[in-house]
Amino acid sequence: MNDNDIMSAITATFREIFDDESLIISEATNQDDIEEWDSLAQIKIILLLEREFGIKFDVEKIGTLSTVGAIFNEIKDINKK
Amino acid sequence: MKELEYPFDSVQILKLQKKYRKALLSDNLIEKKIAILSGSTIGDLKGVLEIFLLNNNIRPIFYEGMYNRFYEESVFQNEKLDEFKPDIIFIHTTNKNISQIPSPSMQEADVENLLNDEMERFRSVWRSLTERYGCPIIQNNFELMPFRIFGNADCYYNNAITTYILSLNERFAEYARKHSNFHLCDIHYLSAWFGLEKWSEPIYWNYYKYALHPEAIPLLGFNVANIIKAIYGKNQKLIITDLDNTLWGGVIGDDGIDNLKLGNETPEGVAYWEFQQYLEFLKQRGIILCVCSKNEEEAVTLGLNNSSGILKSEDFALIKSNWDEKYKNITAICKEINLLPESMVFLDDNKVERDSVGTFIPEIKVPILNEPMYYRKILDQSGFFESVGFTEDDKKRTDFYKANLARETTQLLYDNYSDYLLSLKMAARVEPFLETNMVRVTQLINKTNQFNLTGVRFAQSELEKFLFSENHITLCSRLIDKFGDNGIVTALIGEIDSKGLTITSWIMSCRVFKRNLEYMMFDSLVEICYNKGIKLIHGIYNNTGKNKPVQSFYSELGFSKINSSDEKTEWEYLIPKNYKKKNQVIEVLKNE
Repeated sequence: MNDNDIMSAITATFREIFDDESLIISEATNQDDIEEWDSLAQIKIILLLEREFGIKFDVEKIGTLSTVGAIFNEIKDINKK
Repeated sequence: MKELEYPFDSVQILKLQKKYRKALLSDNLIEKKIAILSGSTIGDLKGVLEIFLLNNNIRPIFYEGMYNRFYEESVFQNEKLDEFKPDIIFIHTTNKNISQIPSPSMQEADVENLLNDEMERFRSVWRSLTERYGCPIIQNNFELMPFRIFGNADCYYNNAITTYILSLNERFAEYARKHSNFHLCDIHYLSAWFGLEKWSEPIYWNYYKYALHPEAIPLLGFNVANIIKAIYGKNQKLIITDLDNTLWGGVIGDDGIDNLKLGNETPEGVAYWEFQQYLEFLKQRGIILCVCSKNEEEAVTLGLNNSSGILKSEDFALIKSNWDEKYKNITAICKEINLLPESMVFLDDNKVERDSVGTFIPEIKVPILNEPMYYRKILDQSGFFESVGFTEDDKKRTDFYKANLARETTQLLYDNYSDYLLSLKMAARVEPFLETNMVRVTQLINKTNQFNLTGVRFAQSELEKFLFSENHITLCSRLIDKFGDNGIVTALIGEIDSKGLTITSWIMSCRVFKRNLEYMMFDSLVEICYNKGIKLIHGIYNNTGKNKPVQSFYSELGFSKINSSDEKTEWEYLIPKNYKKKNQVIEVLKNE
C-alpha cells in the first residue's frame, strides 16, 4: 500500500464519519479544523481505521494522534513492522 | 432499512449513523421525548438509539443528562427535565455506578446492608421520577465484572462481587415484576452475548468514560429501541411461515413424510425441531402463527401431524396451502385476521419468495433465513416480539382468532346478518378503566390501528391518570359469545368540558368488527352522559393513514359534520330526548 492509498483511505473514513462528501484533508488537518472531531469522534476514527487497515493502534499513542499527519505516519509505521 | 435489522454491522452503524438518520427522517413519524440519564459517557448511544427508533417510525427528541449525574438529576429539583416533560426515561447505568462493591473481608450482614443501601439509592431515583413524570422508565441492570476475586467461587460466596451483582439484578427484577411501568434493559445478558471480555475493554472507560466497548453501543441502542417500540405497541404480533425447509428439512411433496428431516436423527433435523419448539413457545406467549406454503393441503396436514414435530395443525390460526403467489396469500391473511402487514413477520428459506413478498408488501418484516441451525437465533435477535406486559389474554390469543374463523363459518349458515349476530348469543361486560384492566387497555389502545378514531397513543402511566379524573369518562368492554370470551376488545376516553363531552380516543380490536359492539359502547356512553346531564357529544376523526375503515363512522352513528380537512374531521351529536338504543344483539352485563 503506497502513501496515496493510505491517504485516500483516511479521507474516505473521515468523510463517512463527518458525513461530508466534499471534505478535503491534508497531513496538516487537525482537531481545530474539523469542529466535530472531538474525543468521541476520535474513538470512531481509530476503530474504523483499525478495521480498514487490519491493524491495532498502540493505546498510549491514541491521544497523540490529533492531526491527520500523525495518524498517517502511525499507520505507515505499523505497516512497516 | 435493511442495514438496521439484525444481523447489523455495528462498526458500519457507528460510521454511517448520520447518513442513515438523513435517509430515515420523514413526515410520518410519531414524536416522543426521551430523557437519557446516565452514569457514564452517553456519546454515540444517543445517535444510535435515534436511528433505530426512526427505523420504527418514532422520532425521538432527546434530553441528554450530564455525565454521571443520573442520581442528582432524578432526585433533586430539575427544572430542565420538568420543562422537557419526558415521555420515556432511560437510565443508562452500569456496574461502574455501583456505589460500593463488597470487600472480601466483609461479613454477610455487612453485605446485606450494602445491598439494601444500593437498592434504596436506585429506588429513590425511580420513585422520584415516577412521582414527577409518571412516564415509563427503562433501567439497565448490571453486567458482570471483568474480574473474580474468588475465582469460580465468586458466583456463590456471600461476600463476593459476582454474587453481589447477581443479587442486585434479582432485586431490580423484583421491582420490575411489581411495577408495570418499569422495564429492565438486560445488559447482563447483552454483555454476555456480545462477550464480556470485549464489552469491558478498559481503554474506553479509562480514556473516554464509556462504560462499554463502542462496538457494543449499537446492540444496546437496538435493545432500548425495541423496548420503546413495544411500549408504543409497534412490536410484531404474527408470524407467517413457510413449511418445506423452513419448519422441516426436505420437500414433503417430493420426499414423502418418512424422509423429512425433523428430530434427533440428523443434525439438520435437530435444528428444525428446535425452531419448531421456539415457535411453539412464542405461540404460548401470544404470537399468532399462520402457514403460507406452496403445497397440496393433504401434504401439509400430513407434515404438520408428523409425530416427530412439535407444531400441529391446531397451533396455527390459519393455514394457506396452495400454489398462488405468496404475497396474495399474505394479503388474504391480513384481511381474514384483520391485522396490518407491519405487525407481521414472514419466514421463508427461499430468497426468491422472501424478495417477492418484501417487494409487494414492503411493511412486512422478512428476516433472512439461510441455515436452519441459525433460524432461531435470527428470529430471536431481531427483537420483533419484545414484551412489556404479559396478560392472560395473551395466552389465549390463538384461540381467539380460531374462534373468530369458526364464527365466520357459522355466518355462512344465516341469510340474515342480524339473525347470525343473535345466534352468537353475545354478552358484553362494560366497565370504566380500572387498575385491574390497565395493562390490557394500554396494550389495546397502542396496538389498534384500524378502528382507532384519533390514533392517539398513551403510556400506561398516562392512562392511569384517567382513573381518578373527574373530567373524564372512560369505558372498556369485554365481549363474550358462544364460541368463547374475546377478552377486553374496546376502549373509549371522553373529556368533559363546559360544552359537553369530546371523545378523544375510541378504539376497537379488529377481531370484533361488525358485531355491533361499537353501538353497545355508544349506548353506554349516551347513558352515562344522560345521567351526568351532558347533552352534546363531540367526535373527532384524525386520519392516521391506517384508520380508513372508520372515516365515516360518526356519520353512521348519526353525528353531523361540523368541520373537515384531509387530516381531521369533527362531528357533533345532540342526544335526543327519546334516544333509542342502537344495539339490539348484545346483552349488557353489569359488574357484580
